[in-house]
Amino acid sequence: MVAAGLYLKRFYTVVRGEVLVLPSRVIVALFFLVLLGMPLISQDPYLIRIIVLTSIFAILAASWDLLSGFTGQMNFGHALFFGVGAYASAMLNVHLQIPPWVCVPLAAVAAVLTGLLVGIPCLRLKHTYLALTTMAFPIILMGIVFALPDITGGELGISGLQRISNSMIGNYYIYVVTMLVLCTIMWKITDSHTGIIFHAIREDELAVKASGINTTRYKLMAFCLSGFFAGIAGGLYAHYMRIAGPSTLEVSMSFTVVIWAVFGGIATIYGPIAAVFILFPLLEFVRFWPEYRMLIFAVVVLLILLYMPEGLIPWVRDKIEKECPRCKIRNVATRKTCRICTAVLD
Amino acid sequence: MNIIITGLITGSMLALLAISFSLIFGVARIVNIAHTAFYMVAAYCIFSLTGKFGLNPIAGMMIAVVVVTVLGLLAYKFLIDPIREHEAAVLIATIALAMIFQEAVMLIYTGDYRTVSALIEGYFIVTGVKVFYQQVLTFGVVLVVLALLWFLLMKTKLGLAIRSTAEDREVANLMGMNDSRLAMITMGISVALAGFTGAVLAPLTVLSPFMWMEPLIIMMAVVVLGGLGSIKGSFVAAFILGFTEALVVFMIPKGAFLKGSVALTIMILVLLLRPEGLFGISFEEER
Repeated sequence: MVAAGLYLKRFYTVVRGEVLVLPSRVIVALFFLVLLGMPLISQDPYLIRIIVLTSIFAILAASWDLLSGFTGQMNFGHALFFGVGAYASAMLNVHLQIPPWVCVPLAAVAAVLTGLLVGIPCLRLKHTYLALTTMAFPIILMGIVFALPDITGGELGISGLQRISNSMIGNYYIYVVTMLVLCTIMWKITDSHTGIIFHAIREDELAVKASGINTTRYKLMAFCLSGFFAGIAGGLYAHYMRIAGPSTLEVSMSFTVVIWAVFGGIATIYGPIAAVFILFPLLEFVRFWPEYRMLIFAVVVLLILLYMPEGLIPWVRDKIEKECPRCKIRNVATRKTCRICTAVLD
Repeated sequence: MNIIITGLITGSMLALLAISFSLIFGVARIVNIAHTAFYMVAAYCIFSLTGKFGLNPIAGMMIAVVVVTVLGLLAYKFLIDPIREHEAAVLIATIALAMIFQEAVMLIYTGDYRTVSALIEGYFIVTGVKVFYQQVLTFGVVLVVLALLWFLLMKTKLGLAIRSTAEDREVANLMGMNDSRLAMITMGISVALAGFTGAVLAPLTVLSPFMWMEPLIIMMAVVVLGGLGSIKGSFVAAFILGFTEALVVFMIPKGAFLKGSVALTIMILVLLLRPEGLFGISFEEER
């Protein structure tokens, strides 16, 4: 009893000292709690469906950010990884009858191999050349998919996949928890030593090379990691929709991922996730005027970018938090002095 | 024969699109995804001007090009110029712009496929293949416009300014060239060319709100293959890819599905050997 009480007290201290002091951390904690507690409040199938799809796309957008936001390797064909994940998972499940929980990791492996395949030729290209070349890969694959309708189902895609779990709530928890775990892993990666090197490659590749770091290896690693997460997203999507079709490879898919990530703010990981959680449900809720849906989406994105070219989330974060000029620790915007070193905040 | 004709038409269209795309990229470093959307808007303009208001097709073309140019300049002034320093934001802005055009066209004209009547009817027969006068006309007009563009870029003061800004923006600025005005003018030229392509091509294709997607990809492939900012490169690459597409469509069963894939594979193979494209100059690393 005493030990449990001590742990509880310690937990309370940590929460008060580390989480409640910063609004951004409070928001993240609330985000976790709301997502995990959602089914207790409402079990509306429509709402659950939207959250599950949003979670899948959040993984995808964050994985784009891991590659393009951090290493600056602008990837305009991110749908490739998503599509490879979806198709690999679907083919394994439908043709070979492998259970979904094995298919999805295998699909992720397939996407990693694709990442290698794309990454190696792309290493020689820079900036715009790279962006325009990566855009070509999903279209090449789409041509192959259409040309081999026996294996891939052609235009109709492969349908009749198994669900991961048959109960709605079970499915919800599998998807949401996977999303939270994967996104936390991605965020940890970008926060680690590797993440710092990724970031440095974007800022100045020559300087990183000069510091004796093998940038080629790190860039390939970024391609593989990003492919891994996007492949999982693709596999999960295929099993949720129970179909893997050519729409997963479309140009608009690649574009949408980029729009989400840039809208939320690149090189942050949490930015793209937040952007998906704002934009995707928004798109669903304006379904009452179906013909204006994409128009509203495009106009919202355009207006936000016009006023916050850095992205929405970094802008909001700068409004509610201030960085201490002396010790670089973040504080609530309402504070007059820094919470650590008591320097005056301006 | 069919292959040659299709190749020439596709090639000339791609050449115009790719050159105008790389113009604005060279001068202002703007990757304008909405480029082919302007081409679509021009085609639809002609459709409604000639079909609904019964205007003379040539007058319709003129008005369409003017409308598209004005649209392009407005978009540049109010949407792209304010965020030009943020490259990623510009990219998204142009994608969003293209989507807005697509949706607007969809609302006004619905998603049905439309056709525009040809300027001149009739055809003649060469070695057993029908050649429509419209095809010959399109090809001829495109060649004339390309020649005019070459003259503008190589022989006039404005062309010199455009080329030097593309090569080195800072130095061009120091030499007294008004950078932002030049970007504006180039945007105008570039969009006008896109509109013009749409105008001359409208009678040969089917119009749909999604017609901007496919040429966009191939146009980018052309630009990359030829080398960014190289006009000669874009011209050669456009015809290479135009002929490849035509060959694949006519020679291989199910080729229509594979035409994009084959063209893009060629682009990737060339890039593996020459990362800066066929005629591109490898720039000093920009830091």
